[in-house]
Order: sequence, then C-alpha cells, then structure tokens
Amino acid sequence: MSIGHTLLGLLEAGPSHGYDLKREFDARFGQDRPLHYGQVYSTMARLLKHGLVEVEGVEPGEGPERKRYAITDAGLTDVAQWLRTPEKPEPYLQNTLYTKVVIALLTHRSAEAILDAQRSEHLRLMRELTRRKTEGDLVDQLICDHALFHLEADLRWLELTAARLDQLRTAVVVA
Amino acid sequence: MTDTTSGLPGPEPLLSARGLRKAYGSTPALDGAGFTVDAGEIVAVMGPSGSGKSTLLHCLAGIVKPDEGTVRYAGRELSALGDAERSALRREEFGFVFQFGQLVPELTCLENVALPLRLAGARRRDAERRAAAWLERLEVTDSGPKRPGEISGGQGQRVAVARALVGEPRVVFADEPTGALDSLNGERVMRLLSAAARETRAAVVLVTHEARVAAYSDREIVVRDGRTTADLTAGAL
Ligand SMILES: Nc1ncnc2c1ncn2[C@@H]1O[C@H](COP(=O)(O)OP(=O)(O)OP(=O)(O)O)[C@@H](O)[C@H]1O
Ligand SMILES: [Mg+2]
Repeated sequence: MSIGHTLLGLLEAGPSHGYDLKREFDARFGQDRPLHYGQVYSTMARLLKHGLVEVEGVEPGEGPERKRYAITDAGLTDVAQWLRTPEKPEPYLQNTLYTKVVIALLTHRSAEAILDAQRSEHLRLMRELTRRKTEGDLVDQLICDHALFHLEADLRWLELTAARLDQLRTAVVVA
Repeated sequence: MTDTTSGLPGPEPLLSARGLRKAYGSTPALDGAGFTVDAGEIVAVMGPSGSGKSTLLHCLAGIVKPDEGTVRYAGRELSALGDAERSALRREEFGFVFQFGQLVPELTCLENVALPLRLAGARRRDAERRAAAWLERLEVTDSGPKRPGEISGGQGQRVAVARALVGEPRVVFADEPTGALDSLNGERVMRLLSAAARETRAAVVLVTHEARVAAYSDREIVVRDGRTTADLTAGAL
C-alpha cells in the first residue's frame, strides 16, 4: 500500500498536522500495523520535496509534529492519478484496494469507477491466463487455474464491496 | 471488428442497442442501456443481481420489447419487424443457452439437438446426423439416446450448447450457462462453447456473474441499475 498517496488523500479532505494525520491513518487503515512517527515525517518530507504538499503554518515550539501540512495542486493531481490507475492484479491487493475506495469516498469521487477499472484490469489478466490454459497442457492448466481462482477471489470481494458502497460511505464519512 | 481505438466509425456492429428502457410495472429493469457485439465476438455481460442483465439479453434477442430505445441486428431494426419475422429470426439466426431446464424432457438428447433443424424443415435423418456431430463435438455422444432426466447437469448443459449451435446461428445468447454447474463442468462448457463459437464465427452474448466464465470473453460490459457502463479499458475514468 502506498503510504504517501494515502496521506495525500487524507490531506485532500483538509490541512492537518503530522500527528493528526498519523492518528487518522491508524484509525482508518492501521488496524494491524500503525504507522511509526518516523514513517510519517519521512513521507511528509518526501511529499514536501516533490511539491505535493506545503507547510501551511508552524505552531510555536520545537519538532516536526508542529507543522501543519496542506495539499498542493500537484498533490491533488497525484491523488487523482493514483486513484484512476488500476493496481497490477496480484494476490493480496485487499489493503490497497480498500484504501483507494475509502479515499475516493472521503474525497467525493466515484468509488464504483475504481472498482470497475480494477475489474477490467483483472479480467484482462484472467483472459490471458484462460487463453494460456486452453492452449496448454495439464500442468499449464493447473498453474493458470491457481492464479485464476486467486484473481477471482479478489474480484468477488470487489463485487461485494461495490454492493455495500452505500453502507461503507456512511461508515467512512462519519468515522 | 469495429475499431474502438482510433475513434473512427467502423462498420456497423452485427447487433447493437441504444437507449433501452424497460419497466415491469413500477420496477425499472433497464434505464438507458446500450450494447454492441460484432460477428465472432464474445461479450460478457456482468453486474449485480437484479441489475437488468437478463432483461437486456431478452431485449437484444427480440424476446422482450423495450419501452424505449432501439435494437438493430444485421442492419435491421427489430421493432420494425412483425412478430412472425421476429420469431423466424430467433429460430434461424439466434441460439439460446439458459441456466437449466431448456431441453424437452420427452425427447432424447439427440432429438433435442435435432429439433431446431427439424423446425427449420430438415429431414429427420439429415437433422439427426448433424445433431450427432454436434453431440460428439461437445463430448456428450453417450447422452444421445438418453432423455434429459437421465443425464447429469453438466452433460445437460453441453447438450444445450449443442442444440444452440446446431443451426449455426450468428448470435448465441447465453444467460448464466454455467450457473448451475461446479467449476470443472462450468469450465468444460465454456471451453467448448467458446471454441465452437470462434470456429463458426458466431457472436456470443454471455451473461455471467463469474469472472472465470467472463474470462472466456473478448471484453465485458457491466450493467448497474439498468444502465450499461461502457468498456472500461484503462483511463476511462
Ligand atoms: N417478468 C418480470 N416481471 C416483473 N419484474 C421483472 C421481470 N423480469 C425482471 N424483473 C425485474 O427487473 C429487474 C431486472 O431483472 P433482471 O432479471 O434483468 O436482472 P438480472 O441482472 O438478470 O439479475 P440476476 O443476476 O439475479 O439474474 C429486477 O428488479 C427484476 O425484479
Ligand atoms: Mg438474470
């Protein structure tokens, strides 16, 4: 999962201090693995360097946690680009896809579009595997089927998520 | 095939629909759906339950009349045809595969497959010879002398595919053809159906909610709340 894009996406909803960003990230996405402060600040430093965020204000006192960050126009473009680009189909995408859907809902974008684009990307690979399978021998078939079942599992989860988007929207926006 | 990459208008697709609306009482089933399929192309129709997939298929096949919108097949508008012409079209140029229950229980499987040819006027011996060839191709020769009640679901679906293809239709409409089968039998039906369709250059409209089944198609469209989302190749957001 791309921490940089996720933090940027959270910033799109409004400027925030590093500390609050970490808390929001952990609350929404960090159930298993909360961020370290070090990760937050190195990520923010990188985003700053690339002009994707800017420092909007600094509270009196010491330390990076006093900086208040805001997303720049380049940052907005970057989030849009990230959300629009489907993930390379591979196992265990759930984290990234879930994050994208939540960020899309938070930033009032179409989450359905993300799901549809991802389905299309998955199907593209599944077609290729199916072709290889029908032309190949038994071993090819077994190998391709394994990959196909995994990709299908991803997609079924996507369908289920799409069917529950309204529920998720309510849960995410009030969270 | 229509060139979708250059944006130039290609030749007219074999079957197309625009602005389809259909309501059952106050329940909207289609709300501005569109569709195209070219000769020899397999298009998967996906989307949640109740979104309008079967209704779309029925409109495309001229089984259901849309309240609004047009369906064009081979340069003709379906709504402009009379009932007799429309059913002749269905009999002669379309083939159908449904989830189950489409074989006549009183006939043997061979007679079932020969039936469309008999209805089109073929002599019995001729029709049964061609039917037997299709049963063999679908790997269900042994089911020929049996009645549909005496064979398995997977065999029954392969017999149904043979019946749909025996008349060499230009469009095959398949609504969840593997819906009642396990993975192995579903794969087998799809492998045989897609191979036969490709060989005879039949177009296939394949309604399915299973991605592994849709993976036998050339492209997919998604129906949601009675509307179709255009081909979602990357960058279409
Ligand atoms: N003959 C009918 N009479 C009344 N309502 C109908 C009829 N056929 C379909 N509908 C309604 O129209 C809507 C679309 O139905 P349709 O059968 O096209 O959906 P579907 O996408 O094929 O669903 P499924 O995946 O469950 O087969 C649904 O709300 C359904 O209840
Ligand atoms: Mg249906």
